[in-house]
Amino acid sequence: MHEMSLAEGVLQLIEDTARQQEFSKVTTVWLEIGQLAGVEVAAMRFCFDAVTRGSVAEGAQLEIISTPGTGWCLGCSTSVAMSEAFGECPQCGSYQVQVTGGTEMRVKELEVG
Amino acid sequence: MCTTCGCASGEVKIDGADVHHETAAGHRHEHDHVHADGTSHRHDHSHDEGHAHQHSQERTHEHSHRYTPVHSHAPGLDARRMVQIEQDILAKNNAYAAQNRERLLERGIFALNLVSSPGSGKTTLLCKTIALLDGEPVAVIEGDQQTSRDAERIRASGAPAIQINTGKGCHLDAHMVGHAIEKLGLAEDSLLLIENVGNLVCPAAFDLGEAHKVAILSVTEGEDKPIKYPDMFRAASLMLLNKIDLLPYVDFDVDAAIAYARRVNPAIRVIRVSATSGEGLGEWLAFLRDGLSSAIAAKRQTVDSLKRQIAALEAKLQGSPT
Repeated sequence: MHEMSLAEGVLQLIEDTARQQEFSKVTTVWLEIGQLAGVEVAAMRFCFDAVTRGSVAEGAQLEIISTPGTGWCLGCSTSVAMSEAFGECPQCGSYQVQVTGGTEMRVKELEVG
Repeated sequence: MCTTCGCASGEVKIDGADVHHETAAGHRHEHDHVHADGTSHRHDHSHDEGHAHQHSQERTHEHSHRYTPVHSHAPGLDARRMVQIEQDILAKNNAYAAQNRERLLERGIFALNLVSSPGSGKTTLLCKTIALLDGEPVAVIEGDQQTSRDAERIRASGAPAIQINTGKGCHLDAHMVGHAIEKLGLAEDSLLLIENVGNLVCPAAFDLGEAHKVAILSVTEGEDKPIKYPDMFRAASLMLLNKIDLLPYVDFDVDAAIAYARRVNPAIRVIRVSATSGEGLGEWLAFLRDGLSSAIAAKRQTVDSLKRQIAALEAKLQGSPT
C-alpha cells in the first residue's frame, strides 16, 4: 500500500535525526517491517531510492528486517503463525484470530558517517 | 517551510492554496545566515503572524535546515557510527492525529472519516445527509487528488466545506486535516464529515483524529470487497451499504457482503442506505446524532473536571498565607 508515503516518513525520521545528531551522510538504514504490515518490500525499496535522491540518505543501503506474523486464536486459545492479516487459524480454520505480532513498521537504526 | 509545524511545501493544496499558514502578514524572505564558526550561507524561509522563530536584538536566531548543510557543526564526527532510532514510520502522522483528536474533543465535535472506492456515492450521500440535517451544524472536508468539484457540490447543499487536493498522494493524512480544521473554523458542538480520497487501501493506515472510520460499499461493486481489502473494513466501525435501491438490477448478495465484513471485523455495524430513495437514512442520521451527543457530553465532562481542578486550586490558594 502507500509505500511512497512510508518512504517519505522514513526520510523525515532520518532528516530529523540528522539535524539532532549532526551527521550529513547515511550509508545504511535498517527497517523493521512485519509480514502483516501490508508493506510491499520491493515497492518500498523503489520508493526509498526515489525519495532519498538529493538527501542525506542518497545511495544508502536499505536493510529490511522481516518480523513474522503471529496471532492468538480464540478457538484454540493458542498463539499461531499467520501468513496474512485476516487469514484463518492454521490449526482449526477459524477466522477468530487476533493479530499479535508482525504489523511493525519501524526505522530501527542507521549507519552514518 | 511552514513555521508553525515545520511542514515543507509540496503538491498538497487546501482550497487551491499551498499547505502553509497563509495570512495577510505571511511572507517569504531570503537572508544571509552566519554561523558561530564564521561560515555563512543564504537561505529563505516564510513567516506567518504567529512568527514561530523570533529574531532577537542581535539578529541571531535558531532555525532548522531541511537538508544537512555542507559545513559541519561538529568537526571530528566523520567516522562511521550507528544511530539508534527505533521509531514507528507513522509516528509523525499519529502525533498529528492525536493533536486533532484533542482539539475536536475540546470543542465537542464528532468527526467521521468516510472511506470507500471511487464511485461508491460518498458525495451524493453527504449532500443528502446535509439536506436532512436541515441546518444542524455540520462541516465537510473533501479529499481528492485534483479539482474542487466535490467541495463545490457540498457548499451548494448548504454546509461549509473545504477541499484538500493531495496531488500525487493517495490518502489524506492528519497533518493536512489539521490545517483544514484550522481554516474551516468549526462551530462548537457540531459534526465534521471527512470524505477521504477514493481508495480502499492506503487511507486505512492513516489516522486523522476521527472518532470512527466509516466504510461505504455500494451494491454496484463486488460483495467480496471486505475480504479483498480487509485492512479498511477492519479499521472501520460502521459499513454503509449504499445504493440499495439498485438491488433488483444487480447481482449482489447482501448477506454474503455482511458476512465477509464480519469475518474481518466481527464488531462492524452495518446500515443499508440509499441516498436516492432515502431508505436507511433515518438510522444513519440517528448514528450521527448519537455520536454528536456523546462528543458534547465528553466535552462537558472535560470542562467540568477542569472547573473542579480550578476550584480545588483556588481553595488551596485561599487557605495559604500570602
